[in-house]
Amino acid sequence: MNTVINSEKLPPRHAPQLPDEPLFVVEARKSGVGLNLKELWTHRELLYFLVWRDVKIRYKQTLLGAAWALLQPLLTMLVFTFIFSKVAKIDSNGIPYPIFAYAGLVPWTFFANAITTSGNSIVGSSHLITKVYFPRPIIPIASVCAGLVDLAVAFPMLVVLMFYYHIGITVTALFLIPLVLLTTLLAIAVGMWISAINVKYRDVKFAMPFVVQIWMYLSPVAYPASVIPARWRILYSLNPLVGIIDSYRTALFGGAFDWKELAISLAVTFTFLAYAAQRFRKMEKGFADII
Amino acid sequence: MNVGKQYRLGSPQRSYLTLRESLSSLASAPFRWLARENSSSHETFWALQEVNFEVNPGEVVGIIGRNGAGKSTLLKLLSRITEPTTGRIELYGRIGSLLEVGTGFHPELSGRENIYLNGAILGMARSELARKFDEIVAFAELEKFIDTPVKHYSSGMYVRLAFAVAAHLEPEILIVDEVLAVGDLRFQRKCLDKMENVSQQGRTVLFVSHNMAAVTRLCQRAILLEEGRVVLDDTAAQVVSAYLGNAARKSCAVREWEDVSRAPGDDVVRLRAVRVRTEAGEVKDAVDIRKPVILEIEYDVLVPGKRLSPVMSCINEEGTCVFSSAGISPQFMDTQDLHFVGRCLSTCFIPGNLLAEGAFTVTVSVNSILDGNTAHAVEPDAVRFQVVDSLDGSSARGLYGGPMAGVMRPLLTWTSKPIRTGSDSLDLHTNDGSARQ
Repeated sequence: MNTVINSEKLPPRHAPQLPDEPLFVVEARKSGVGLNLKELWTHRELLYFLVWRDVKIRYKQTLLGAAWALLQPLLTMLVFTFIFSKVAKIDSNGIPYPIFAYAGLVPWTFFANAITTSGNSIVGSSHLITKVYFPRPIIPIASVCAGLVDLAVAFPMLVVLMFYYHIGITVTALFLIPLVLLTTLLAIAVGMWISAINVKYRDVKFAMPFVVQIWMYLSPVAYPASVIPARWRILYSLNPLVGIIDSYRTALFGGAFDWKELAISLAVTFTFLAYAAQRFRKMEKGFADII
Repeated sequence: MNVGKQYRLGSPQRSYLTLRESLSSLASAPFRWLARENSSSHETFWALQEVNFEVNPGEVVGIIGRNGAGKSTLLKLLSRITEPTTGRIELYGRIGSLLEVGTGFHPELSGRENIYLNGAILGMARSELARKFDEIVAFAELEKFIDTPVKHYSSGMYVRLAFAVAAHLEPEILIVDEVLAVGDLRFQRKCLDKMENVSQQGRTVLFVSHNMAAVTRLCQRAILLEEGRVVLDDTAAQVVSAYLGNAARKSCAVREWEDVSRAPGDDVVRLRAVRVRTEAGEVKDAVDIRKPVILEIEYDVLVPGKRLSPVMSCINEEGTCVFSSAGISPQFMDTQDLHFVGRCLSTCFIPGNLLAEGAFTVTVSVNSILDGNTAHAVEPDAVRFQVVDSLDGSSARGLYGGPMAGVMRPLLTWTSKPIRTGSDSLDLHTNDGSARQ
């Protein structure tokens, strides 16, 4: 230990036994390691409270409240139905276009909102970052998780639409659970990475809307993945949302899962998650100083 | 622990970079490299350097220093908000800091919701919060408003709630920053008591404050930081007096205005000098508590016929005006020549054994008192001095070395002698006991 003992100067009033090992060591971290999952786990209650706060706050002082979670994909569905189905006459593989679009828009809206809010989350929490320590990844993760509530609000409409179009719900719908999980992980990876970059480069704020828009057109939200020519398919499915959104539809409307696409999504998601965690870890050291 | 924290100068002002700037700096990097070789010492600055100390469990340690001495940086390192550039800190326990009072409070949420949210941010478990909830609300004295969104709270209520949550955090190491500067006096008192409680439970407290009286009272030990280094680590009393000695020396026991046009004052009076002298006539900023302090005010009278009166107020470290005094006594009036024009010297004699220990600032003015009360020349914070007690037993504190309350410390006459009461006192006791039953 690198310390000077001053104890002989002033004996403390109480001297409880010190633990052998320090509980925390504060020092310059050497290299970026991945997410400290153990630390995140000990702070799970904080995650819960931050999610709870975000959910509570989000629709304060709005007229329509949580209905927005439903209106966003629903209104977009109406616009898409008009443009892509009526005007552009896109073939939605025999599924009524409105529900086809809605099934893609629900995960997409969740994803787009999640990466936008979590991308701004660190900068928006500067008062926390400069005042108190807790594992920083909790902030973007909480932002993403708060979006799950919106997802839950938008889902029942899907059931209503399926009922309306006489599409039966089958057991494969259970696949939605791992799919939502995968979407969440992808959103966490992207959101975490963007939120860290945003601290240093505020360009992110301006670039985000474009990125989100372009990403949507590169994903099978308004159109089925099958319209992409076969020779571009592999490249196309490197966008992890391709496999994910396709599988949402398969889980709901039946058909065969494209396992290869899904495997690519899975691999890309986890690779990017690892990369984002490592970058975040490296950049978070400077958060309190430059935010 | 032994830490240093380096900041690159320049980056604090520019709070963030844009991508373009970063790219262009990348492009010019090879050239910068050459330039940096010579000028590296200008570009970086050590907020803390070779800060090395150990604190034992149960100790209450004050951390003092001028603004910019590195106190805040040290606290940030200790509470793990930033990382040190060099060195390491070993913490043998949970750290809780009261520099984060109200952190994460959301205006839209109610007091109740904020207690849970803030508690979670500070690291309290939900079960712990539920257990202490009533206590926290009672401490904050906000029972009636607990379900009101905090945006409707007054600033005092807000602070009370925030402090109440933080005060119920039970870390092994508690860091307290200048939070006591907020809230009314009664609530400050309550917070100080709470802190004393904490240390009596065997927890470690690091107390950062400009309130020297509080530091001497609460801490056994204090650390003085100066320009990012530990310059003194000793008993709180020693360190505080060293710090005040420095502070006073820099602000001087004498103020002189060479240039009359810049001197405080108007067409009637201009202040020319203010000095603090000891009995022996020495201009000195440290005065023995037992000895008188002589305050000299030198001023130019520019117009005849005014009845002028020098005024002084003595203000202690907490900003309390301990007393004020003016040349209005009959004796002073007699010495004044109403038709005099020119340099005047007024002297005020403050007797020894009057002021308490500590630093005092003196506000000086010269007023005319016949036609209303007009202040012609005012200089707030004109001079400073400190009253020191050598603790040799002949001052008001006698041989008692502990903290003493009060802004004044007169040496009063106490006597005590045995008196005969027969068996009265015993009777009283029994009477009292039976009456209560």
